[in-house]
Amino acid sequence: MAKALALLFLLLLGSAAFGREAAPAAEDPALEKRVTALAGELRCLVCQNQTIADSNADLAVDLKNEIRKKMKQGMSEREIIDFMVARYGDFVLYRPPFKATTVMLWLGPLLLLAAGLFTLFHKLARRRAPENEPGEAERARAAQLLAAESETDKP
Amino acid sequence: MTAETPNKPRLFLLPLGVFSALVVLLGVGLTLNPREVPSPLIDKPAPHFELPQLHEPDKTFSEKDMLGKVWLLNVWASWCVSCRVEHPVLLDLARSNAVPIYGLNYKDRREEGVAWLRSLGDPYRLSAFDENGRVGIDYGVYGVPETYVIDKRGVIRYKQIGPVTPEIVKTKILPLVNELNRG
Repeated sequence: MAKALALLFLLLLGSAAFGREAAPAAEDPALEKRVTALAGELRCLVCQNQTIADSNADLAVDLKNEIRKKMKQGMSEREIIDFMVARYGDFVLYRPPFKATTVMLWLGPLLLLAAGLFTLFHKLARRRAPENEPGEAERARAAQLLAAESETDKP
Repeated sequence: MTAETPNKPRLFLLPLGVFSALVVLLGVGLTLNPREVPSPLIDKPAPHFELPQLHEPDKTFSEKDMLGKVWLLNVWASWCVSCRVEHPVLLDLARSNAVPIYGLNYKDRREEGVAWLRSLGDPYRLSAFDENGRVGIDYGVYGVPETYVIDKRGVIRYKQIGPVTPEIVKTKILPLVNELNRG
């Protein structure tokens, strides 16, 4: 029994050791959090649909290190983003800025929505208004037919 | 009823029109290369660097050394597969003496870079050795090979992402170099 317990203890110790190994090896968790947050805003240009934070591409790792270094030097998020944009262009931003070249990107969906809503309401309004208002003569004929019908229906 | 008839055929053609427009739009999209991201560095001064040379580590090379000349900066690495495709084109261009080509050996091992040039030929006047890729970041490098045309005032005028082909040399690089040399 004692042997089995000791074995169990040793096994648990082993898993605990693995657990420690998997923990992030950051010296400064607060800084690391800022690095990851900013890296999540930047596109990895090698694998274009991933952020720098998600990517393990060589360049993404380099850029993450660059962000960490710049933060340690006391640069703000804004300054680091400007640094990246100066080198890689707006494409590096996952949230592109609002400017002349990106107007359609930001407003396009809104315009499409507006156009869709306009068409929808236009159609609905037309559907509600009867296309051919019956004239006096037609109304009279209809009344006559209905009257005749109800005559024959009578038992 | 009569007021509606001229509208009817147009409405019926609308989906076809929208569809054709979409086909054209997507068709054009297919011919574009999403990897070619417009560089913000075009028409900006080439970022400053001072790096040891690949072959002579005790000597350095800087973009400032090239002021007054039109030149090409080609980013390459021995591990880069497309660089092998591009290499004969650069060798031809170097032989024609149309424009001096300088290399930026990017994130490479010195001995591997040197061996690569020894076996394939060396089109470069010299190569700067960017071991950790820090200068590459300043130049917005994200896929080797990349080639920059830099004018006499040290301004980047053109950037080629991906291998330089004989066609690009003929239609883009040489005309630009000739124009810059005249100016």
